[in-house]
Amino acid sequence: MNLLRFGDIRRGKDSSDRVGQFMLVSYIILFLLFLVLPLGSLISKSLQNKNGEFVGLANYNLYLQEPALFQSLYNSLFVAISSTIIVVILAFLFSYALTRTCMPFKGFFKLIALIPLLSPSILAAIALVYWFGNQGVLKEVLLGKSIYGPIGIIMASVYWTFPHALIILTTSLSLSDSRLYEAAEVLKTSKLRAFFTITIPGARYGIISTAFVIFTQVFTDFGVPKVIGGNYNVLATDIYKEVVGMQNFQMGAVISMVLLVPAMIAFFIDRYSRKKQISLLTSRSVVFKPKKHFKVDMIMLAFCSALALIIILMIGMAQYGAIVKFWPYNLNLTLKNYNFEVAGLGWDSFYNSVRLAFYAAVFGTIIIFVGAYLIEKLRINEGTRNVVQFFALMPMAVPGLVLGLAYIFFFNAKDNPLNFIYATMIILVVNTIVHFYTVSHLTAVTALKQMDKEFESVSLSLKIPIYKMFWRVTLPVCLPPIFDISIYLFVNAMTTVSGVIFLYSYDTTLASVSAIHLDEQGEVAKAAAMAMLIVYVSIAVRLTHTVITKKVLRKTQAWRYNIIDTN
Amino acid sequence: MEFWLKLNIFDELNFVNFMTKHKNNNMYLEVKNLSKSFGNFEAIKNIDIDIKEGEFVCFLGPSGCGKTTLLRCIAGLETQTAGSVIQKDIDISHKPPSNRDFGIVFQSYALFPNLSVFSNISYGLINNKWKKVDIKRRVDELLDLVNLSEHALKYPSQLSGGEQQRVALARALATSPGLLLLDEPLSALDAKVRVFLRKQIRDLQRKLGVTTIMVTHDQEEAQTMADRIFVMNEGKIIQSGTPSEIYTKANSPFIASFIGSMNFISAKIDSSKKVKCNDIEINCDTGSFGENDSVQLAIRPEEIYFQKENQDDNVILATIKEIEFLGSFQRVYFESKSFTNDLIIVDVPSANARKIKLANHAEMNLYFSKQDARIYSK
Repeated sequence: MNLLRFGDIRRGKDSSDRVGQFMLVSYIILFLLFLVLPLGSLISKSLQNKNGEFVGLANYNLYLQEPALFQSLYNSLFVAISSTIIVVILAFLFSYALTRTCMPFKGFFKLIALIPLLSPSILAAIALVYWFGNQGVLKEVLLGKSIYGPIGIIMASVYWTFPHALIILTTSLSLSDSRLYEAAEVLKTSKLRAFFTITIPGARYGIISTAFVIFTQVFTDFGVPKVIGGNYNVLATDIYKEVVGMQNFQMGAVISMVLLVPAMIAFFIDRYSRKKQISLLTSRSVVFKPKKHFKVDMIMLAFCSALALIIILMIGMAQYGAIVKFWPYNLNLTLKNYNFEVAGLGWDSFYNSVRLAFYAAVFGTIIIFVGAYLIEKLRINEGTRNVVQFFALMPMAVPGLVLGLAYIFFFNAKDNPLNFIYATMIILVVNTIVHFYTVSHLTAVTALKQMDKEFESVSLSLKIPIYKMFWRVTLPVCLPPIFDISIYLFVNAMTTVSGVIFLYSYDTTLASVSAIHLDEQGEVAKAAAMAMLIVYVSIAVRLTHTVITKKVLRKTQAWRYNIIDTN
Repeated sequence: MEFWLKLNIFDELNFVNFMTKHKNNNMYLEVKNLSKSFGNFEAIKNIDIDIKEGEFVCFLGPSGCGKTTLLRCIAGLETQTAGSVIQKDIDISHKPPSNRDFGIVFQSYALFPNLSVFSNISYGLINNKWKKVDIKRRVDELLDLVNLSEHALKYPSQLSGGEQQRVALARALATSPGLLLLDEPLSALDAKVRVFLRKQIRDLQRKLGVTTIMVTHDQEEAQTMADRIFVMNEGKIIQSGTPSEIYTKANSPFIASFIGSMNFISAKIDSSKKVKCNDIEINCDTGSFGENDSVQLAIRPEEIYFQKENQDDNVILATIKEIEFLGSFQRVYFESKSFTNDLIIVDVPSANARKIKLANHAEMNLYFSKQDARIYSK
């Protein structure tokens, strides 16, 4: 399989390689325990009846005969595909403006566009309720159509997935060779033709990749349809209803499989197109520098301003809703919505979220980075390496909701010796790390690949054990990506809903989940307040990160900033 | 460069220790019947090599010939499929690299980017429980040796390529290894620095007396630096010897063309045991070739003259087709249909060329001696 290939490590074996081999075997065991076996128990659950007897595909048969459930599949596909088309077009234009024009205020627009990353997906849904809901400000704009349903789901999904698409497309569009455009110009090609013959083909894999990533995110998202879906059922909400509402675990497992398969397919197509993308640019390419073009620049400025305004209005409305006394009748400002005691919750869930995010960031970063290092730099059995690499990529293909459900089936089983972690903070941390493993892993691998592959050989020739070199060279050099990974894990742990909705317990309620429950109870303002708390923490963490990068890293990364002086 | 004079005072005690440590036997390193495969691909096949104490040896060959694999097997960075490596009468074939005695310099330098020049060089000393003062003294010595004293506190990215390579060299030598391995050390540098460093490395090696193996694909580099060259192709050693032996007595057309340039002229041995090229008979030693054998006649471009030097020199009448100016000499392409269908290359020192006044379309007699003409089977 092509996607399981690695950089060649041709160094001879050393005692540290044996330790690495041993460690990687323990990674395999951990992956089996926390990823493969739970998924296995999910599959076997889907093949059992309520008494735990094997019934083959009977549950699937039942599913196919249930028109309501089938309708959900259609609905899921409909909102996912619609959102994907809209997001890809908007994000493409936006990233085109950022990378290929001389539009002013690029930095500002980039910053604004990333705001949705800081909030849970439900924040968008809550904001939409304030704008277009039954008592919304702009209700009339929908011409009698309700925001509760596909319109709301698509709008909210577009909002929260937009930055994800933007990141991929910006990378893809900035990987362009200016010589191609120069050649086109010399051959007297029109700008429009150059766009369709150079720009679009160059970004084609980026576009494909974006489409599949966004499709999967919307297709498997739980928070948005839960809050704003109304009676419009999708697969994710069906699973929740079957499991939490009707305690029908078997059907929940079947729908999970229906959710898992398209996500897997999308994942493999995405991996494939990313591989292609890389090979497009060689080290000899000349980076594209946009030229001023007043008309295009101004059109793009207008377009980006409009999107930026929408983003600000969305998050602004969520914040406004959180501090208004009684929407829409009493618009006086208040902080009482931040008092969650009334709703019987208190701030515990918020603190739990912070704890979860902290643990996931610390332990996750260590585990993921060390794992990536073992795979990339040590001389270990090829089979072991292949297995770990495959496991490391697998979580991306598994929707959070599916993983969460799989955890219930596996860890809640009475005869499982790991049963003790059920309903504790541990299971939440483990689930979060596994759920967000792949992206972090790939970040680590990319960073490690950039390091000279002979460092380990040099160290061995100087009789320095590899762990010492790891500590003295690898770690310091890789600090920036390591910080990136921990931030990524932290923010995602704060904002995730789907991964943990089945796993929290009375003692470990989480902010994002609480926001959903508050909304369920009609406490929309408190839900908004809770979601905004998550935003505050995310912003604080990001700011800290920026400060650290600027101040602290400057010390350890001094070598980076000292570029050859011209003496 | 004056700093190479400083070599004289370099660490004499260390040098003496080193010499006494290894003086008893003459073979420092023996490679016996070594093979290495990657899957189905045989990178090196049945390699046998003996290297004497203090010798500077080059593995020379085109890319993909297995020379780097051989070096890495000697270092233990690669595990051989069969055969053994013996260093100072001890079989080290299955020792991990950390238990072998060598220092290594890579083409990419592999300097640790976050450590200063000083820390890079002292990197290997710290683990050997050296005292701080001794480490400082040793690093200062080495910095002096490669003339980088004023750069001690800089980071690698602040140095030029040649300077970085010298740091890598100092780092490899810091622990006084018995064997120095150089993996294409000069390939990443530009031509001028390369020529400069060639001599420096060579002088340094002579002074320290450290047994050295260098891998290179650059025949000029191998010829100027090595005591002995092992020419490799397709995983095998096809000839070994001193640089001049390899150059003058190349045992195959491959080596003859790989090392220096060579005119190859297809020919046949005729009934009088002479070499027949198109219409012309050539006087030369036909060795073991018999009548009607298809052969190639090989003459080096610098061994063709415009004047007769010996009585029995071969003569060919040829026309100048093209002249290339290459600085110190000119490369002249001659045509002589009665001799060969290809163009004949003749290198003429520029000083001579000026006297002779070469011009296109001029017709001239070319001479080459019986001894300088070699024949190889086709």
